[in-house]
Amino acid sequence: MKKSNIIMLLAAILPLGLFLFPLWKITLEAPQYPTPLGMYIHINDFSDANPHDIKNINLMNHYVGMKYIPDAIPEFKIFPLGIIITSVIGLLIAFKGNYKWFLGWFILMIVLSSAGMYDFYLWEHDYGHNLDPKAIMKFTNPDGTQMGFQPPLFGSRDILNFRAHSYPQLGALFLTLGIAMGFIAYLLGKKNHKTSQVT
Amino acid sequence: MKNVIKSTLAILTVFAVITSCNNSKTSNNKSGALASNVAEKVYVAPGEHDEFYAFISGGYSGNLTVYGLPSGRMFKEIPVFSQFPTSGYGYSEETKPMLNTSHGFIPWGDSHHPDISQTNGEIDGRFIFINENNTPRIAKIDLKTFETTEIIEVPNSAGNHSSSFVTENTEYVVAGTRFSVPIPQRDMPIKDYKGNFKGALSFISVEPEHGHMDIKFQVLMPGFNYDLAHPGRGASHGWFFFSTYNSEEASTLLEVNASQNDKDFIAAVNWKKIEEYVNNGGGTMMPADYAHNVYDEATHSATSTMIKEVLVVNPSEVPGAVYLLPTPKSPHGCDVDPSGEYIIGNGKLSANLTVHSFTKMLDAIKNEKFDGDAYGIPILKFEDVLAGSVEQPGLGPLHTEFDDKGNAYTTFFISSEVVKWKLGTWEVLDRQPTYYSVGHLTIPGGNSRKPQGKYMFAMNKITKDRYLPTGPELEHSAQLYDISGDKMELLLDFPTHGEPHYAAAMRADIIKERSQKIYNLEDNKHPYAAKSDAESRVVRKGNEVHIYMSTIRSHFSPDNIEGVKLGDKVFFHVTNLEQDFDVPHGFAVLGQNTSELLIMPGQTKTSVWEPTKVGVWPFYCTDFCSALHQEMQGYIRVSSANSDTPLKWSLGEDIE
Repeated sequence: MKKSNIIMLLAAILPLGLFLFPLWKITLEAPQYPTPLGMYIHINDFSDANPHDIKNINLMNHYVGMKYIPDAIPEFKIFPLGIIITSVIGLLIAFKGNYKWFLGWFILMIVLSSAGMYDFYLWEHDYGHNLDPKAIMKFTNPDGTQMGFQPPLFGSRDILNFRAHSYPQLGALFLTLGIAMGFIAYLLGKKNHKTSQVT
Repeated sequence: MKNVIKSTLAILTVFAVITSCNNSKTSNNKSGALASNVAEKVYVAPGEHDEFYAFISGGYSGNLTVYGLPSGRMFKEIPVFSQFPTSGYGYSEETKPMLNTSHGFIPWGDSHHPDISQTNGEIDGRFIFINENNTPRIAKIDLKTFETTEIIEVPNSAGNHSSSFVTENTEYVVAGTRFSVPIPQRDMPIKDYKGNFKGALSFISVEPEHGHMDIKFQVLMPGFNYDLAHPGRGASHGWFFFSTYNSEEASTLLEVNASQNDKDFIAAVNWKKIEEYVNNGGGTMMPADYAHNVYDEATHSATSTMIKEVLVVNPSEVPGAVYLLPTPKSPHGCDVDPSGEYIIGNGKLSANLTVHSFTKMLDAIKNEKFDGDAYGIPILKFEDVLAGSVEQPGLGPLHTEFDDKGNAYTTFFISSEVVKWKLGTWEVLDRQPTYYSVGHLTIPGGNSRKPQGKYMFAMNKITKDRYLPTGPELEHSAQLYDISGDKMELLLDFPTHGEPHYAAAMRADIIKERSQKIYNLEDNKHPYAAKSDAESRVVRKGNEVHIYMSTIRSHFSPDNIEGVKLGDKVFFHVTNLEQDFDVPHGFAVLGQNTSELLIMPGQTKTSVWEPTKVGVWPFYCTDFCSALHQEMQGYIRVSSANSDTPLKWSLGEDIE
């Protein structure tokens, strides 16, 4: 097996780490929470950073009219399927394909991951802005528009008495490494192809 | 009568001498750099934690208080033997059985000597036991939740004072009787006390995993007063030592009549031998009547079971089980050093402090050097068991504790001081005044093989001018000393709640890590729990109305209730749905004849209300739970007995 194909094999396997490790984490800090509230986002689940955190986030959020974080969202079915399909494709081309296929897989992964991030942003936006009109506390921005409570997609931000942090976790690292290795496999394959053409 | 007047005069003279030569308050005069140095030693910065927990008995409050050392800050009052309206303990349906006894429901107790469970002679911080002196009982507090989870009544006992001390592996928690009584109790003349009254020493086994208590056997001793006790440890593990007074067996004017004998006794009880005896079928099962109350954490409810018999042992029938060690002048405290070799008898009317040797005691027993017997129990010779005495250390010795460097610390009530002395050489090393008239003292890790040293605190019986005055009735005062150096150094005065007798203290780390934050709602097996707003409902059973009520920030479900009638018995079963640390909800309804309920996250508690007036009565959350705490309220409508208002309930909409 060619070196580039071995790397492609790894590239295809690495994203499966998403089934083992969380993709993202949102943390909420406030003075009354010496242990911050936190939620892990997995490819197929939301989970508590510490026991009952999601329940307690929901309790906080209902004051400003935010919806409860759902137990399940359609993405929890679509995302795992997407990862499995792209990994299978990756494995197939690792055994059968050449560097051009590797590039194709790389582009596919970039497109799908971006779509996933955009979807996450849309959900976050809706979660932070689509508020119950009967909310107990209503806040407005200085310009008079309704204040939103969307957590950042990436980074840290103050939301009322909380400081919210949103950062990728180990699962995201596996995905990124996989995608990057797909590109390396492409570069290596291309270089080898040129070398073999010359000789 | 003349004798009484004479002895009173003598005592008064002694007091006058003492008070006149004890006026210097040297440690109060420190100032400047030295004082600030002392302040630093007790300063625990905001948000920082104390190094030690101290569990201080509440005496006539019936409870146990939790303090931090060295700051002297109080963290919690744990209700044990007394009703506690703050949380609803002893008022809620779930906890009322905890205070049940063979004399019926008793709302109050006199808590005395807390002692922490041990493994291999070291304090393990799992449970703390405490005795009730008046209506004899032993309680167990779980140090995971800091809640009382078990109370066992002690039959045949009266004035449960030489209690509740644990053996090296918490095999037993031991409860001795201060007052001897007729056993079994019967109608008889008081003057026939002598030879007829008996003193029961109860060995309560502690099941290793959950700590369940069970009276394994009672030793029926002569009718002395069994004052205090401590277990043997190390080589003397398997023995238990009890101080006695009133070996005269007087039943009246004991201050004189029980002070006549030159020596009373320390009773050495070989409990391993008696355990073997009863395991082989020894002892007599006698009829009894005592309550065993157990709190179940899953149902959040206590049950009370009456037990009808108890196994008693006549010590004269078990050779080698009990010996009496003559000890001067009505010893009070009976303390065993960390090695288990020395048994200190704090003869409260003696000029000297008597120390017995366990090795010498075994020798004397082996060589059968007896000096007669009391009701068939061999008496050893004073000289044969004496290890040494501390000469003229002070007046009125009460209790002794130990550090980890071979030193002992004894409190002197009359001369109001703590005296440090050396085990083995018996020389006095230091003395420090207490303010005023110290009773017990505690060193963290006391009553174990490994005292944790560093601090000692004295619990004083008289407060007088130590704090801003609060009228005639004052809280008691404790004083904290640094004992890490050669000399003791007074660091801090702090007020204590009730009348502390003994205290148990230990390093905070073990307990701190295990302290529970919430009760898991999923594990709540209370039969009337409403584990979500959707499960809340109202059910009528004859004239009983059961309200399955849930609470979560910031509402009750249901919060509008109609259809209750005069003559109904309304059960508010309130479940706290919160699962966040330190978010209790309270419950109170106008005209409630019991106390409020304070319900921890995941818990269910029940208050019974028998309305006496027609009307619409509000109920509300008594704990400032959230920003919308003030909105956390509801109404219950009470109609006349013959009305036909239908039973209805709702949340968030009009009742229709």
